[in-house]
Amino acid sequence: MGLDRSLIGEERAGGTLLVTRSRLRLFAKATGQTDPIFVDLDAAQQAGHRDLPVPPTFFFGVDLETPDPFDHLTAYGVDLRAVLHGEQEFAYHRLAYAGDELSSSSKVVDVYEKKGGALRFLVTELPVTDQDGTVVVTMRNTLVVRALPEASS
Amino acid sequence: MAPDLKPGSRLDELTVPPISRHTLALFAGASGDHNPIHVDLDVAKSAGLDDVFAHGMLSMAYLARLLTNNFPPDKLRSYRVRFAAITPVHGRPSCQAVVNGITDVDGERVATLDLTVTLADGTVTLTGEASVALD
Repeated sequence: MGLDRSLIGEERAGGTLLVTRSRLRLFAKATGQTDPIFVDLDAAQQAGHRDLPVPPTFFFGVDLETPDPFDHLTAYGVDLRAVLHGEQEFAYHRLAYAGDELSSSSKVVDVYEKKGGALRFLVTELPVTDQDGTVVVTMRNTLVVRALPEASS
Repeated sequence: MAPDLKPGSRLDELTVPPISRHTLALFAGASGDHNPIHVDLDVAKSAGLDDVFAHGMLSMAYLARLLTNNFPPDKLRSYRVRFAAITPVHGRPSCQAVVNGITDVDGERVATLDLTVTLADGTVTLTGEASVALD
């Protein structure tokens, strides 16, 4: 199964991530986030949140929460080293919080190429739902697969 | 909180320290993106690169900090970016947001922001757009 337009419409189950305060604090540390509402439960609650809120781009990791998050790319014959992130989009429906269990699914919505096939594009839409089945955010991402230099292995 | 915004209003720029290898390792774990090309020099070299490079999502997260510095997180309606260039390790991203317009959407006042991340040498690494409810 190659990376071509026959993939359009293909759906797969994604990942499931039980959001913990400690994972959110690690994310804050890694991104230099010092706003207390993202790390301090008291500050979050004083701001009206029921727990630490999930920051806007953290959701990207939900779909990666599987034993081998890139195995579908391997199945398409794509070398992970050749993959670049082209575009990323989030449409927010409601906030999520520490304690929520988030799950993703994904559907291929477009595949195209540029530069005579030197760059191939894979566009996927991924709704993320919480433990009640409510969609909290809809993600759309575009991966770019470049041609790797010859003789690299 | 954002002051009175109007088209052309510019949010305070957010500049972060140069991205270290340590930051890339932390972000790999925190974000769940364990692609070795961001943390393992051997893998980067095998792909024809001179060095590892930062996750695009790290810059998108920095830019999100600029948004949540100015607006409560529940006011964010949409956020999208295009990754225009790779951010090398030691790159120093600077995040900018300018109000493009303010419109009524489904009964709320929504500001559309044009977003840019640039490196110290002027390279634009990321462009994008966010919409934020103001009421």
